[in-house]
Amino acid sequence: MIEKADQIFVLLAHWLVSFLPAGFQHPAMVLLGVVAIIATFPALFAITVLLERKGLGRMQNRYGPNRVGPYGLFQPIADGLKSLTKEDIVPFKADAVVHFLAPVLLVVVVFMGYAVLPIGRNMTLVNMDAGLLFFFAIGASTELSVFMAGWSSRNKYSLLGAMRAVAQMISYEVPMLMSSVAVVMMTGSLSLNKIVEAQNQYTHGLPHWYIFTPWGFAGFILFAIAATAETNRSPFDLPEGESELVAGYFTEYSGFKFALFFLGEYVGMMGVSGLGATLFLGGYSAPLQALNFVPSWIWFFAKIMLAMCAFIWVRGTLPRLRQDQLMNFAWKFVLPLTLLNLVVAGMWRFMGDGWLRWVVCSAILLIAYVGMGRVGMRSEHFGPRSYRYAE
Amino acid sequence: MLGEGILKGLGETARNFAGSFVSAERLTTVQYPEERAPVIEDTRDFPFLVYDGSDWEAGLRCVACQICEKECPPKCIYIVKSTDKKPDYVGKPQIYPTRFDIDISVCMSCQICVEVCPFEAIKMDTQFELSTTDRFGGLLYDRKELARSNEYYHSIHPTEAAEVDARLAEEKAKAEAKAKAAVAAAAAKAAAGPAGPTAAMPATPSPNLAAKPVEGETKG
Amino acid sequence: MSVVFYLIAGLTVAGALAAVLLKNTVHCALALTVAFAGLALMFLELDAQFAGFAQILIYIGAVAILVVFAILLTRGSETPKDGVFSAKPLVGLVTAAGIFAVLGWAVLHSTQALPGSGGVPTPAPTVTVMQIGNALMDRYVLPLEIVALLLTAALIGAVIVAMHEKGTAR
Repeated sequence: MIEKADQIFVLLAHWLVSFLPAGFQHPAMVLLGVVAIIATFPALFAITVLLERKGLGRMQNRYGPNRVGPYGLFQPIADGLKSLTKEDIVPFKADAVVHFLAPVLLVVVVFMGYAVLPIGRNMTLVNMDAGLLFFFAIGASTELSVFMAGWSSRNKYSLLGAMRAVAQMISYEVPMLMSSVAVVMMTGSLSLNKIVEAQNQYTHGLPHWYIFTPWGFAGFILFAIAATAETNRSPFDLPEGESELVAGYFTEYSGFKFALFFLGEYVGMMGVSGLGATLFLGGYSAPLQALNFVPSWIWFFAKIMLAMCAFIWVRGTLPRLRQDQLMNFAWKFVLPLTLLNLVVAGMWRFMGDGWLRWVVCSAILLIAYVGMGRVGMRSEHFGPRSYRYAE
Repeated sequence: MLGEGILKGLGETARNFAGSFVSAERLTTVQYPEERAPVIEDTRDFPFLVYDGSDWEAGLRCVACQICEKECPPKCIYIVKSTDKKPDYVGKPQIYPTRFDIDISVCMSCQICVEVCPFEAIKMDTQFELSTTDRFGGLLYDRKELARSNEYYHSIHPTEAAEVDARLAEEKAKAEAKAKAAVAAAAAKAAAGPAGPTAAMPATPSPNLAAKPVEGETKG
Repeated sequence: MSVVFYLIAGLTVAGALAAVLLKNTVHCALALTVAFAGLALMFLELDAQFAGFAQILIYIGAVAILVVFAILLTRGSETPKDGVFSAKPLVGLVTAAGIFAVLGWAVLHSTQALPGSGGVPTPAPTVTVMQIGNALMDRYVLPLEIVALLLTAALIGAVIVAMHEKGTAR
């Protein structure tokens, strides 16, 4: 019974596909999986948008939207209708083809990322040996879409916003990769399924999730910071926050294309939190062995929504980082810590089981963190201001 | 330590989030059409004309002196004087306005008309939900729409109304005292007249001279 | 030589042609990206997963962006008024033909480099990431370190060039 609830979608897919002749069965399975992903995650996106507006409102001592349905539950429908019916303005001098392709590319790319995530037991769409690499390769293509959006608008401010966004995304991609490499090192495989299986074991009822180890905890925090920056999410949302003030890379987009960008951002957020859950939080495994009766895909979605809540919480709390603060943070703080995390993960592996490795690894990471924090927080003495003019 | 401020901030927002469901002081939103925020006493929106008693035409305090019309910065008041007179609160016959229009789409709620009115006749109301579908005619209030009773004035600005009433009562008392003194003087004059006009004469001018500067002080 | 191969090859060639023939330089860069994607698909079709994804990650994710940045920062984004073809096509044609000949000879003779083949293509061995990693640490560690050194030198050089500009403008 538990087994059935866990595998309910797989069984459903097999049953539906059994009506087709044998040659079409495998493509039909894949197609069903694709349809399921395209149906589920935008629904989650609608829920997340509502959750964000109401959650942010409560954090800011106000109600969120509460007029459209009971407790504002139909607000996403109202937003969707609004974005569908707005006039689609393309600037006269803008590059129409690239202007059209940019949101399309973004949405395609972020949905492709879900193909390798293990959403439940036996529920990975494409079981690839180098699944993690695929996800990162796909994530790198989002930068291209951002650049295309900014450049095709023929707007100085859009271009500046796009350049900043691309610079930010490139700088934070390296720490994201490096913090995942520690996980790959410890598991010995790039395949996301194997990573989840390695974490799906329990000792005394507690799971082997990587977040419960010193290097995993540090890696998770660094991964979370890098993921927040990759998806242009507050406090790293200078490219899109600026659009509220001056312009950003999607200023010339109206109506449905803007909705596509918005969708792409949130779906990307969910994808990257799905990846974080897979790498550090054990994917679809339950937190306690006793809770294994709950289906695995429920745990996965619960972890994704928890990550979304964390994103919203951080957005409601922290002020925006300036561009140079952002870049300094990436290259001078996050990246050295990820490299140190790799070394610590290696030490963890080779020190053998016992309390010594906990103490040593935690001590190294803590000292490095506190030390670098102190160094970074020293007040800078400002000299006379220098100007650099463009030639 | 780095990150300490972030954690404190996260705790604060979490407290806000949780507290907004439980305590009313964390969530201070007043949901407008269903609830109204309490109105402060000194709120001012648009002017209205005060009348004493129950008949708005007879009790209207305005004597059409047109000072408010002249002082109004956007010139939103239009007054037409009457040709006859009616007695005011003291009993003295005064002219009254046959037309007193305020265009509240022009009025900027500066309260200058209230400050310059010597007769406490125009005061500021506190109603703001005055939207109509008729952009021009619906926002032009005439004399009848502007007249509100003194009881209404008490209900919206209690302290101010109490002060105004006290002042008006004082003036009325002074005027009555003056009238009594004049009557007493006339009676004394009539009594002393057949007996000896020259003996009573020096007594009569003094009450009048004493009364006039006092009246001038209260009016100015 | 299946349908998939022809489709991918067509996409790659179309992208490459567009990269050369389009007037707007940024369009050319984007068409080049399509050619890179075609190459990555080719790798994936041959089951070289690591190479395919690395191609996407590095070429599309970094090199294409670099090319685009370079175009934007050097005023190459303005369309050239004289058209895209140069005045002396013969030199270019000879050079291109020469490179094509060399590459073609290398590809056609490469099947003879594999042991025990003699012109018959052997089934491609499945190369896993683990094997690549082992080889990098074992047999090819010296090239790896040299490439790393080169990249570090390039990075430091770029930083110094940028910093030097700041110094001179003071």
